[in-house]
Amino acid sequence: MEHFDVDILILGAGGAGLRAAIAAASVAPEMSIALVSKVYPMRSHTVAAEGGSAGVLQSHDTLNDHFNDTVSGGDWLCEQDVVEYFVERCTPEMVQLEHWGCPWSRKPDGHINVRAFGGMKIERTWFAADRSGFHILHTLFQTSTKFASIRRFDEYFCVDLLVEDGRAAGAVMLCLATGEFTAIHARSMVIATGGAGRVFRQNTNGGIVTGDGMALAYRHGVPLRDMEFVQYHPTCMPGTGILFTEACRGEGGFLRNKDGYRYLEDYGLGPPEDVPRNKFMELGPRDRLSQAFWHEQRKGRCVSTPQGDAVLLDLRHLGAAKIKERLPLIRELAEQFMGIDPATTAIPVRPAVHYTMGGILVDGRTESPLAGLFAAGECSSVGIHGANRLGSNSLAELSVFGRLAGEQAVAFARSADPVRRSGAAEAAAAKALALLSQKGGERHAVLRAEMGATMEKGCGIYRLGPEMRATCDTLAELKRRFAAVSLDDKSRAWNTDWVTAIELGFQLDVSEAMAHSALARTESRGAHQRLDGFEQRDDVHFLRHSLAYYRGDAAPEIGYGPVKITKSQPAQRAYGALGEQVEAAHV
Amino acid sequence: MSDTMERSKTIALRVLRYRPASDTEPVFETYQVPYSDDMSVLQALQSIKDLQDGTLSFRWSCRMAICGSCGMMINGEPKLACNTFVRDLGPAATIEPLQNFPIERDLVVTVGDFVRKIESIYPYIVPKVPRSIEEGAYLQTPAQMAAYESFSDCINCMLCYAACPQFGANPDFIGPGAMALLQRYNGDSRDGGQQMRMDQIAGEDGVWSCTAVGICSEVCPKQVDPANAVNQNKSKSALDFFLRLLPGGSGS
Repeated sequence: MEHFDVDILILGAGGAGLRAAIAAASVAPEMSIALVSKVYPMRSHTVAAEGGSAGVLQSHDTLNDHFNDTVSGGDWLCEQDVVEYFVERCTPEMVQLEHWGCPWSRKPDGHINVRAFGGMKIERTWFAADRSGFHILHTLFQTSTKFASIRRFDEYFCVDLLVEDGRAAGAVMLCLATGEFTAIHARSMVIATGGAGRVFRQNTNGGIVTGDGMALAYRHGVPLRDMEFVQYHPTCMPGTGILFTEACRGEGGFLRNKDGYRYLEDYGLGPPEDVPRNKFMELGPRDRLSQAFWHEQRKGRCVSTPQGDAVLLDLRHLGAAKIKERLPLIRELAEQFMGIDPATTAIPVRPAVHYTMGGILVDGRTESPLAGLFAAGECSSVGIHGANRLGSNSLAELSVFGRLAGEQAVAFARSADPVRRSGAAEAAAAKALALLSQKGGERHAVLRAEMGATMEKGCGIYRLGPEMRATCDTLAELKRRFAAVSLDDKSRAWNTDWVTAIELGFQLDVSEAMAHSALARTESRGAHQRLDGFEQRDDVHFLRHSLAYYRGDAAPEIGYGPVKITKSQPAQRAYGALGEQVEAAHV
Repeated sequence: MSDTMERSKTIALRVLRYRPASDTEPVFETYQVPYSDDMSVLQALQSIKDLQDGTLSFRWSCRMAICGSCGMMINGEPKLACNTFVRDLGPAATIEPLQNFPIERDLVVTVGDFVRKIESIYPYIVPKVPRSIEEGAYLQTPAQMAAYESFSDCINCMLCYAACPQFGANPDFIGPGAMALLQRYNGDSRDGGQQMRMDQIAGEDGVWSCTAVGICSEVCPKQVDPANAVNQNKSKSALDFFLRLLPGGSGS
């Protein structure tokens, strides 16, 4: 096995990993940095983010407004000191991306433009048409090539972390092209491997979004926090789950049911107006809009498509020119995948899983309980999203906390001793290799489909105790069957049969953490909504973060940790006209 | 994957296979794939892998034509598998790895050489006028953005390289995608790195290797128009050449 020694190892080269690498290389040019990704960096799923990234810009907007929107949007399950840190640093990070070339959309006078987004009181979403994540990712990737100290390991797949003497000490990688193993030993590490939405059947995520880093940290004793909070994005393509950005509504789009009625009025989001007001109707938060779909479906007010029930995303009144300028990707997707011109026909949409609010437990400085291990981006739970993330806070998060994680990894590496090298790397490689010769006759594709179906059934938009229990049982059974998976492909070079099987192992662990955390939370909050006697938020018992601890073949153990409240006491979470009343009462 | 739609029709997909451990040369293998009208070629390949033959290897991720992973030859044309639909292919179709690239395995080709070309053109802003974060964003009018914006839309899918006869003949040719990226930075009002990038333009594997076939722009799934980038740089390179000949001239 090949061994490398570096100062800092970064797993994942999407937005957060690249931002961390650039930050580390900038503050410590003398340090060696290994940047590892299972794909070429520009394939990372940051590429698919469409709508934009938050940062207070307008003179009538304030950091306090961004703070309040984020904390109430998260149903008060946010680390408020971390949110304060976050909102202060969003705009400088967006400016930094601008200096690096990110083609943010502009006003006619050449200044940055911002658009409205769900749950945000004032327009503060920086955007690059509807390819914001694509442009952020390519800007960061291209900028990273300036730094000679960043050594990339493209298409290297991490099979395990190295932990020595209670400290993160590196990782073991499978080189996809050769099927050979490489160990990278590091004084400090950043995990930035993204989310885990692929554990659900219908989702907006790319195939690579399999929760690898979450599972790896979890297996090494780091708890996963708030995993029950999984975001359904309300406007996705039926069947594939491909995303139609919230910016469709930020630019003025409507949601209608089969009767043409703007049904959100019936769910505490009205009154409807010709141009949706911020935090009203179509500009409500994602959890509420997805829940409204669920009710419309049960009332029989959806349109039928070959891929099941849908409501209609109506952009016709925006006109062809505006759609082309602001939403070119949406237009392309609708035309190519559905044969629809959104300027003349409303687009059938439905909710699909989009984002994991929870993740690897880290403090407000991105440091995990495992010494030397930091995490940033969707894989982490730094505490800003609470029970429901607001659109455009995740691209800002990967910038703000990716940078911080890179700087923190530098600081740790500077003061840390060199790591010990035991035979752990060889043992990890041997374990991964054993899967190649494993016999038992189970096809992992079958297990993956069953996982997606049971997660959708038990941990969907609304949840019931017995159904969550059944999902937990099914997942335990799938883990048992996983031990009997046999592969078609026994070769080494580009064996994607092998890699996706290892990913499935990661996914099963992550989905178990989600399902058990959901079952244990006997209240409703944000994206976690129950219909079995726990319909209300219960601050007395559950204004607490859940913590899932890995227990090997046994079910995870669920514990709880405190929530940091600084200046926003938990209050009623309301939107539309009621939201305005609640806010007026608090001023 | 289309889950609820009935797959009533079947297509015969003839897929070029190459397994380095066991094949001495690439061979075709044919799979019968039931499909529905909304099924993409990518979904057809996924269905082969999941249900018939787990040894078939190909790259994919986003499924929505933005990550650039799933470029391949479909009936002889470079296409993204995710936004090419089985219904448009007839009763049989041929799937091969992207032309002009070494095959690593099945539909997986070598990407590293293309990425090194991207890295070689200084693909980042070299500030014309440095600016601190406190000073805020640069001003850039819509007209200034229009000068480079389309070139910034390249998803690095390499379809243009698979189509380019010059790249096929000379693998060292910088090629349409990298030239579009170069023009993306050269055309940016914030950038002052044009002179640094001149060698990549005017060198022996630079723009002059291009014989203006223009097929790169035809196959581009994102309307980036790399042929236009190459042409702009031919003009620029010619001007630079003549300016260098002027007394005291050092180029544009």
